Amino acid sequence: MTMNNNSTASRKSGIGGILIEGLRKVYGHGETAVEALKHVNMQVSPGEVVGLVGPSGSGKSTLLKCLGAIIEPTSGRMTLGDEVIYDNRWLTTDLRALRRDRIGFVFQAPYLIPFLDVTDNVALLPMLASVPNAQARARALELLGALDVAHRAKAQPSQLSGGEQQRVSIARALANKPPVILADEPTAPLDSERALAVMRILNQMAQQSQTAIIVVTHDEKIIPTFKRIYHIRDGQTVEEAGAGFSLEPRLG
Amino acid sequence: MINLAARDILHGWGKFALTGLGLGLLIGVTLTMAGVYRGMVDDARALLGNSGADLWVVQQDTQGPYAEASSLKDDAVHGLRGMPGVARAANVTYFTMQVRRELAGSHEAANDVRAMVVGIEPGAPGEPGYLVAGRQITRGHYEAVADVRTGFALGERIQIRRHHYIVVGLTQRMVSSGGDPMVFVPLKDAQEAQFLKDNDAIENDRARLAANPAFNRAGTPGLLAAVQALQSSSRNVNAVLVQLQPGWSAEEVAEPIRRWKHLEVYSRAGMEEILVAKLIATSARQIGMFLAILAVVSAAIVAFIIYTMTMGKIREIAVLKLIGTRNRTIAAMILQQALGLGLIGFLVGKISATVWAPIFPKFVLLLTQDAVTGLIATLLICALASTLAIRAALKVDPGEAIG
Repeated sequence: MTMNNNSTASRKSGIGGILIEGLRKVYGHGETAVEALKHVNMQVSPGEVVGLVGPSGSGKSTLLKCLGAIIEPTSGRMTLGDEVIYDNRWLTTDLRALRRDRIGFVFQAPYLIPFLDVTDNVALLPMLASVPNAQARARALELLGALDVAHRAKAQPSQLSGGEQQRVSIARALANKPPVILADEPTAPLDSERALAVMRILNQMAQQSQTAIIVVTHDEKIIPTFKRIYHIRDGQTVEEAGAGFSLEPRLG
Repeated sequence: MINLAARDILHGWGKFALTGLGLGLLIGVTLTMAGVYRGMVDDARALLGNSGADLWVVQQDTQGPYAEASSLKDDAVHGLRGMPGVARAANVTYFTMQVRRELAGSHEAANDVRAMVVGIEPGAPGEPGYLVAGRQITRGHYEAVADVRTGFALGERIQIRRHHYIVVGLTQRMVSSGGDPMVFVPLKDAQEAQFLKDNDAIENDRARLAANPAFNRAGTPGLLAAVQALQSSSRNVNAVLVQLQPGWSAEEVAEPIRRWKHLEVYSRAGMEEILVAKLIATSARQIGMFLAILAVVSAAIVAFIIYTMTMGKIREIAVLKLIGTRNRTIAAMILQQALGLGLIGFLVGKISATVWAPIFPKFVLLLTQDAVTGLIATLLICALASTLAIRAALKVDPGEAIG
């Protein structure tokens, strides 16, 4: 798989995972300007799963959209895998290809494409990256096997349980072997058992594929599964340990 | 790469099929309207072709006998037969009326049929070119050949004015420019039916003439009888149909007739011009307006359906954009769905039009070239209608997938 950008040797960082330095995002101009992200620093190593928590309006979604190359930050620096993608400006002209090849997304609801079967939902990403159909489907089946949903490969998304759908969406996020996965409240609609199962899978996948995973969550029951948590408040991040962390006093 | 449009159509085929069915019925109406116009033109051409005439000689300064009233004396044909280049010539009369069907074994009239009654000279130009059953008229009186659209059967008795006729032959595609089926009867009978009055009217006219001192002069015996005889007989016809001798052009023969006989002459091309360009021109414009309105309505329906379907997939489109699907892939998906809907609609429309066309009282001619034009127009309309939905889809923010 290739990425259409103007990457150069000078942009190689060699850190792997994701590194965010001094990221700012200001909406609007002048007196109406709102600084959603003030000075965000964050680092997630390959194979690591970190949590991102914070109250509503704290800047979680803005940070996720900046990381996901959906909106442009105002300033700062972001490194994905071994490549600087943003340094006060985007260093790639094709953000669509960046999202397709370098970033995996897992959403609160699985948002599988309802008219594609499970295999093609996963295979769609490699296909979009011009991987031949047979190869893309083989990759999809491999991931579905790893996530224990290979037996539903030909099923339609509507025929799957919530947990199965979420596993398929994780498989889709991993399909193009991205260095980073952004998961937006992936366990919100699940009960405790299934939520913990999803977190086990994310940890397992992170280990196996050496992918850095950021999980935005409000879900108290999965907090203990993180070794590290970034707590975001008023547009700034504070790193804390996962063990002993409680959302209650912070979100209230 | 997966064809997203095809997968979406297959996934929701029931919705697509029902929508296509609705659109198809609309397209079927559109194709039928075009077929009605084609049928009118074809009827006009068939009317001219089946008459077997090369020239139509009619009253001066008229566009008869189909588009305008035309009346000329029936002895004019004798002079025309002697004109250079004329092979055969025959009188014809045309008039539209209700022809009654008689109930079997009863003299009581049953239902009647609106028909164009054509007076012909048996074996001469004007006689129907071919029959689908029975024989041509051989006797001078009280035999008829009817178009199958009249519903008359061989051997059936019909009534035209006071006289009864036996249907001896059936013909096909012989209809007037107004779409009324034709009934052929001997010329003398037709003249009588067209121009003669009933007995009461004749008697009243005679009394009126007798009371008029201008015609009933004491010193002029025989004047009243002569005037009364003139008023109770008819020697008029509507047109003379002329067949040309080989090697003569229509204009070569027509020009001397116009000059020396003071009559109007039309060639087949001229008569076709009158029938197609003038007589049915208003109907054609009417149908054209319907077609334009139907095209606009179809476009609006397709645009609405495709737009609604696209808006129902906003989240999926946001996800597709977020995971790196090109805008052109999403636009192609919507365009292909619109075209797919158009194709389903066209197929349903074509089948519907083919099924219901024979049921129409007037001839509906469905031409392949109209179907091809209809298909192209449908696809163009669908493509145009999809732009609204494509525009909306391309505006979708990939961030909507995240919330």
